[in-house]
Amino acid sequence: MSEARTIAVAMSGGVDSSTVAAILARLGDGNRVVGLTLQLWDQTRLAGKHGIPEAPKAGRCCSLDDVYDARRVAEHLGIPYYVVNQQERFEKDVVRPFVSEYLAGRTPIPCSLCNNHLKFDQLLKTARSIGADSIATGHYAANEYDEGRRRWILKRPADLAKDQTYFLFGLTQEQLAHTLFPLGRMTKPEVREVARQKGLALAEKPDSQEICFIPGGDYKQFLMAYLEEQGEEMPDTAGELVASNGEVIGRHEGISNFTVGQRKGLKVASPSPLYVLNIDPASHRVTVGADAELATDKLRANRLNWISVAELTGPMRVKAKIRHRHEPAWAMLAPAGIDEVAATFDEPQRAVTPGQSAVFYDGDEVVGGGWII
Amino acid sequence: MSAGKSQVGRIYMDANATTPLLPEVVEAMRPYWTEQFGNASSIHLDGQQARTAIDRARETLAEFFNCHEAEVVFNSGGTEGDNTALFGILHPGDHLITTSIEHSAVLQAAKKLERFGVTTTYVAPQASGLIEPTDILRAIRPETRLISVMLANNETGVLQPVAEIGKIAADTGVFFHIDAVQGAGKVKFDVRQWGAHLVSISGHKVHAPKGVGAMFVRKGTPVDSLIVGGSHERRRRAGTENVPGIVALAKAVEVAMHSIEDGTMTRLAGLRDKLETGVLALPATGLNGALSDGKPASRVANTTNIWFDNLEGEALVIALDLKGVAVSGGSACHSGATEPSHVLMAMGLNKHRAGASLRFSLLKTVTEAQIDRVLEVLPEAVQSLRALAPVSAGTLA
Repeated sequence: MSEARTIAVAMSGGVDSSTVAAILARLGDGNRVVGLTLQLWDQTRLAGKHGIPEAPKAGRCCSLDDVYDARRVAEHLGIPYYVVNQQERFEKDVVRPFVSEYLAGRTPIPCSLCNNHLKFDQLLKTARSIGADSIATGHYAANEYDEGRRRWILKRPADLAKDQTYFLFGLTQEQLAHTLFPLGRMTKPEVREVARQKGLALAEKPDSQEICFIPGGDYKQFLMAYLEEQGEEMPDTAGELVASNGEVIGRHEGISNFTVGQRKGLKVASPSPLYVLNIDPASHRVTVGADAELATDKLRANRLNWISVAELTGPMRVKAKIRHRHEPAWAMLAPAGIDEVAATFDEPQRAVTPGQSAVFYDGDEVVGGGWII
Repeated sequence: MSAGKSQVGRIYMDANATTPLLPEVVEAMRPYWTEQFGNASSIHLDGQQARTAIDRARETLAEFFNCHEAEVVFNSGGTEGDNTALFGILHPGDHLITTSIEHSAVLQAAKKLERFGVTTTYVAPQASGLIEPTDILRAIRPETRLISVMLANNETGVLQPVAEIGKIAADTGVFFHIDAVQGAGKVKFDVRQWGAHLVSISGHKVHAPKGVGAMFVRKGTPVDSLIVGGSHERRRRAGTENVPGIVALAKAVEVAMHSIEDGTMTRLAGLRDKLETGVLALPATGLNGALSDGKPASRVANTTNIWFDNLEGEALVIALDLKGVAVSGGSACHSGATEPSHVLMAMGLNKHRAGASLRFSLLKTVTEAQIDRVLEVLPEAVQSLRALAPVSAGTLA
C-alpha cells in the first residue's frame, strides 16, 4: 500500500466541488483531504456602480454565501478548510486581460484564463506549498495516463451535457499528472444523489452559469465601472458600420459593444436581419451582413497547448469546438507556422469568433487547443 | 482534525488572538452558572449573592488598573470599550487623534464618526512601530477632544509611550483613551501614571472567557453610554451583568498581576527570544519592530513578528497549521482570506513583506520543547515554500 497522500480539494461552495470533497473525505483510504477556496474577486467592489446590482445573488464564486457554504461542507466532513486570497493574481491574469480583449474588439472567455492561471497553476502551487501532493476539482472531465504515449490524456466526461473540457485545454502534463477529476465518470443527477446521500445541505443548490466577477452578467456595465474605478478612460472606438460589400451604412459607438454573430443593438434599418460578421480593432470598422455570411470553413488559432500529442507535426482529422455551446465539427487540422494552426471544417461553421478558444478532439480525447485569431 | 475535538500535540502560538481559560478561572466562575445564578439588580438574597460577586470582582479590577472601584465598568470586551471611548466622548465638530496602527475597533469607530462631522488625524508610527509622542503633540488643534493610542500593538507587541502621551493630553486638556487589550496580563498597569481617562481591556486575551471585558473610566469623564437601558454600572453600561464572566475576569487578572511579579514574564521573554533568534537564523528573514540599531523596540514578552522573503505568508500559515503549529499572518478579511497587515504596511513594509510576515505570540504556559519543535518544523516549511517560488508563468496568454 502506498503512503498516505494529502489531497487539496478546490471548493467553490457549489454542489460539484462539495461532492468531490465528500467522496474523497469518506473514502477511508488514509489520505488526508484539505479544503481550499480561492478568494478571487470581492463581489462588493463595484456594486451599485453603472447599474451593477448592489447585492450579488448567491451561486457565484467568491460571494460570502458561497464561502459560507463551502466552509459548512468542510465542517460537516470534518476536514481542515482555508480561504486563500488570490485577488491580486485574478485581477492581473483574468480581469485585466478580459477588459483589454473586449476593448480590442474580441470576445474573451475568462473561465479558461482562470482555469489555467488560478484554478490549476496557482492552486497546485498553493497545494504543494501546504504539503499536498495533488488537487481535486469538481470539473466534469476525465484524465488518465497512457503508458504507450507516455502522456497524460484529458478526456470528455461521462456526462457530455456538463462537459467542461473546452475550458481545460490549457492544462499542462504536470498539472494533469497532479489533478483528480472524481466527477469524470458521473452524471450531474448522480452527483446530486451522492450529495444527498452524504448529507450535504446544498445538494439542491442551483448551478452557477455566469461569469463569476460580473454580477448580473452585463459585461458593458462591468467595463465601465471597472475603468472608472481604475481612473481610466473608456477608449473611443466609435466607427463605421459597413455592409459586406464595403458600403458604409451607419456608425456605431464603440467596438466593445459587439461580438461576432450578434444581432441585437446594431441600430440600422434593413429588410432582412443583420449580424456582426467582423470587427476590425485597427480601423474600428464593424462589418455586418446576412446570417448566411457568418458561416466560414476556416479558422486560425495561436497560443497553443497540446495534450494527447507532444506537438502537431502534420495534418490531423479532428473535431473542433469553437465556443462553449458549440457541437464539435469535423475539420482537418494542420500546422501553420510557429505556435499557430489552421483548421478547415468539412461544413462551414457559424460565427468563428476571435478571442474564443478552439479545442480539438480525437474521439473522447482532447488533442489540444488554442485561441482563435 | 475536526473542530472541538482533542487538540493533542498541537502547539498554539497565537495568544494575541485569544487564550484558553485557566483551570482556576473555570473553577472560580463555576458556581455562578447554576447555583448563584441571581440577577445582581434583584433585592432578594439570590440577587445579593450576584451583587457581592460583582463588587468583589470590581475590587480586584480596581487593584489591577490602580484606580478607584467606582472607576471600573464591566462590559463585553475590547471592541465595546474602544467604541465606548470614541462614541461616548466625541461630538460633531470635535477632532480625534489616533494612530494608523490601532485595532479596527478604534479605526472603524473613527471612520464612522467621520460621517457625523468628527475629524481624525491618524499618526503614523516610526519604522520600528513606535509612535513618536511629539507627532501626537503636533497634531493637537483647538478642537481636539480625544487622543486614543494603544498600549501594546497586537501584531508587533511594541509598547507605546503612553505615559508621555498622557502628559501631552494633560497639558493640552484633551481626554486620553488607551486600548490596553494587548498589554493586559503582560505589563503592569497604572492608569494614574499613564494619565489616562479611559482604558479598555478584554477578558479572553488574559485567560478569561470571550464576551467579557472591563474599562477604566476616570471619575468625572463625561462618557455617554454606548448601550442604554437599565441603570447598571452606574448608568455607564446598561444590560444585566454577565456575572460568571465578570467573576472569571477578576480571577484572571488576579493571576495575571501575580505572574507579572513572579518572573513569568522574564521566562516568557527568554523563550520568545530563543524562538526569534532561531527563526531569524533562516536566510532572507527579518524582525518587524526593530529600531535603527537592529534591536527590537520595547515590547511585550510574548510576541515576535518576522518577515520572510520569497514565499507567500498565507501558505506558510496553512502549512504550519497542517503540521500542528498555530500562528497568524496578516489579518483575516470578511471571507476569511488573509490580507496584508495594516500595521506592518503603516510601518513602511512593502506589500509583499507585509503579506509574508508571521506573528508568533506565546502563551505563558509555552515550553522549551514546543519552541524546539517549531524550530524544527518551520525551516522545513519555509524551504519547501521557497522551492516553489517565484510564481511560475502561466501556460496561456
